[in-house]
Amino acid sequence: MTGTASPPLVEFAQAAFAYGGGGVAVEADLRIAPGALVGLVGPSGAGKTTLLRALLGQVLVGGSPVGRRPPRRVGYVPQLETIDWHFPITVAEAVLLGRVSESGPLPWPRRRDRAEMEALLERLDIAEMAHRHIRTLSGGQQQRVFLARALIRRPDLLLLDEPTSGVDVRTRHEILDLLSELNLDGVGIVLTTHDLNAVAALLPELVCLNGRVVAQGRPDQVLHPDVLRATFGSEMVVIEHDGLRLATDAPSHGPNHPHHGHLHHGPDHDGAAAAVRGAR
Amino acid sequence: MIHWLQEPWTFAFFRHGMVAATVAGALAGLVGVYVVLRRMSYIGHGLSHAILGGAVVGYVTHYSFYVTGGIWGGISALLITGVSRTRKIGADAAIGIVTTASYAVGIALISRGHHFTRNFEAAFFGNILGVTSTDLWVLAAVAGAVALAVFFLYKQLLFVTFDPDVASSFGVRTGVVDIVFSLLLAAAIIATMRILGVTLIAAAVVTPAVVARLASDSFARMLALAVVVGALCGFGGMYVSYYGDIASGATITLFGAALFAVVYLAGLARGALQRRSLGPGSADPDLPAGFAARARTLQDLDIH
Repeated sequence: MTGTASPPLVEFAQAAFAYGGGGVAVEADLRIAPGALVGLVGPSGAGKTTLLRALLGQVLVGGSPVGRRPPRRVGYVPQLETIDWHFPITVAEAVLLGRVSESGPLPWPRRRDRAEMEALLERLDIAEMAHRHIRTLSGGQQQRVFLARALIRRPDLLLLDEPTSGVDVRTRHEILDLLSELNLDGVGIVLTTHDLNAVAALLPELVCLNGRVVAQGRPDQVLHPDVLRATFGSEMVVIEHDGLRLATDAPSHGPNHPHHGHLHHGPDHDGAAAAVRGAR
Repeated sequence: MIHWLQEPWTFAFFRHGMVAATVAGALAGLVGVYVVLRRMSYIGHGLSHAILGGAVVGYVTHYSFYVTGGIWGGISALLITGVSRTRKIGADAAIGIVTTASYAVGIALISRGHHFTRNFEAAFFGNILGVTSTDLWVLAAVAGAVALAVFFLYKQLLFVTFDPDVASSFGVRTGVVDIVFSLLLAAAIIATMRILGVTLIAAAVVTPAVVARLASDSFARMLALAVVVGALCGFGGMYVSYYGDIASGATITLFGAALFAVVYLAGLARGALQRRSLGPGSADPDLPAGFAARARTLQDLDIH
C-alpha cells in the first residue's frame, strides 16, 4: 500500500516537538506515505506518544503550534488505560462523539450519522452492544468502540496509542486483523507499541524512536541488534523464525564469557546498518 | 390526600417558594451532572462561598447582589478553570485556593462592619419563603440560558467532560467549552444561592446528579434524570418544610439525601439478587475469531 510517487500523508523535516512549556521531547525527520501502516517503537520516554500528538496537532513544533486543528482528517484512538470506564456512556453515545464537529447544533444525532454508526458497529462486530455501557464489554470490544469513534470521522490517517497494551493474545490478534483490513481499504495507520515481536514484527514499516528517529524501514531492516541497541540502549538478540525477525533480551555476558561481544545471532542484513541514522 | 397537597398552595409565599425551589433544584441538577462527572463536586460549595465575597462587596458599594456576585462568581469560576488546566494543580486544589481566598475577602469585610452581619443570613442559609419576583425572574432567565447552552453544546460538553485530552483532536474547542461551562456554573450558583443558601447549595448540585448516575449508565438519561430528581427534591422538600415546620433549605437537602439512600440501597439489593441468580461459571462473551497466519505462529511460539 505504500506509495512513493504520491505526496506524503505526513512529512516532518528536522522538526522538534515538545509538550507545552517543556523541553524538546522528540526530534523527527519523518515521511509517512498515504496508506502506510507504520509502527512507532522505542523505550518509555522515547517520544512515541509525543509524535502521535504532533500528528494530531496537539504539541509544539519548532516553538509554534502545529495548528489549532488537525490539518487533515485524522482519527485518534487513545490508550484504553486513559478512558474513564465509570463514565455514564453507552457504546452508541461514545461512537457518535466522533461526529461532534460535523453533526450540527442539535443534541441528537442526524439520521445519516446514526446509520453510519450502526454500519460501523456492524462492521466491527459490536452492533449488539450499541446500548450497553462501555465498561461491560471485553477488552477487544472496548478497543473496537474507540476505533469506531475514530473511523466515523472517515479519516485518511488513523493514529492509535498502544492499541494492544494490556489485552490478551486473542484480542491482540483481532485488533491487528482489523487494522490490517482497514489499511487494505486505504486508511493510513500509525500506531505505537512496546511489543516488538507480537506487534511490531508483523507490521510493514517501523520507526524506531529514542528522542529522535533512530531508524525507519521494514522490520527485516530495523529489527537488527545495532538498531535495537541504539533505540533501547541495551543488547538484544535477534532470531529469525518463519520469515519473521524476533527480538529478545540478550543473556547477560560478563567480560570473560566466551560469547562476549558476539550477540548478533541472526543473519546479517546489509540494509540494517544503513537504516541506522547516526546510531553510533 | 388532594386537600393535603392543595392546602399550601393557598399561600402566595408557598407558591413563590415552590416555583423557586423546583426550578432551582432542576437547574442545580442539570449543571451538577457535569460537575460530578468532572470530579469537581466541591465546586458548588466553593463557588457559593466565593460569591459571598462579591455579595458583601455589593452590599458595601450599594450595587445589586446579582451584579457584584455575578462578576465575582464569573471571575472565580474562570480562575478555577484556568488554574486547574495547569496539570501540576488539580481542580480540587484550584477550587480550594480561589474560593477560600474570595470567601475570606467577604469575611474580612463583614468583620469590619458588624452591623450588617444579620443581612447575610439569607445568603448563608437560604430564604426560600422570602423569594422576591426579581429573584424569580433572575432564576428563570438563568435556568433558560443554561438549558439553551446545554442543548446547543450538548455534544461538545459531553466530549470535553468524558475525554478532554482527545476532544480537541476531534475539532472541539475545549478552551471555549470550559469557559462557557464555568460561566454557566457561576450563573447557576448565583441564581440559586439566595434560595438554597451558601451552606446547602453543594448538596443541591451534587445529590441529583449522583442519584441519576446510580440509576443510569447512559449520559443522556443521566442528564434528564438529574433534572427531574433536582426538581423533585425542591418540590418534595417544600412540602416537608411546610408540614414539618422546618427550614426549607434543610428539607430540600434531606429530601435529596433520602432519595440517594433509597436508590443506593435498591442498587445494592438488585446487585445481590443478580449475583445470586447468575451463579458460578458464567460464559465468556462471544469474541470474533480470526487472525493472520503469521501472528498465529507467534501464538504457537508463545512469544509476545
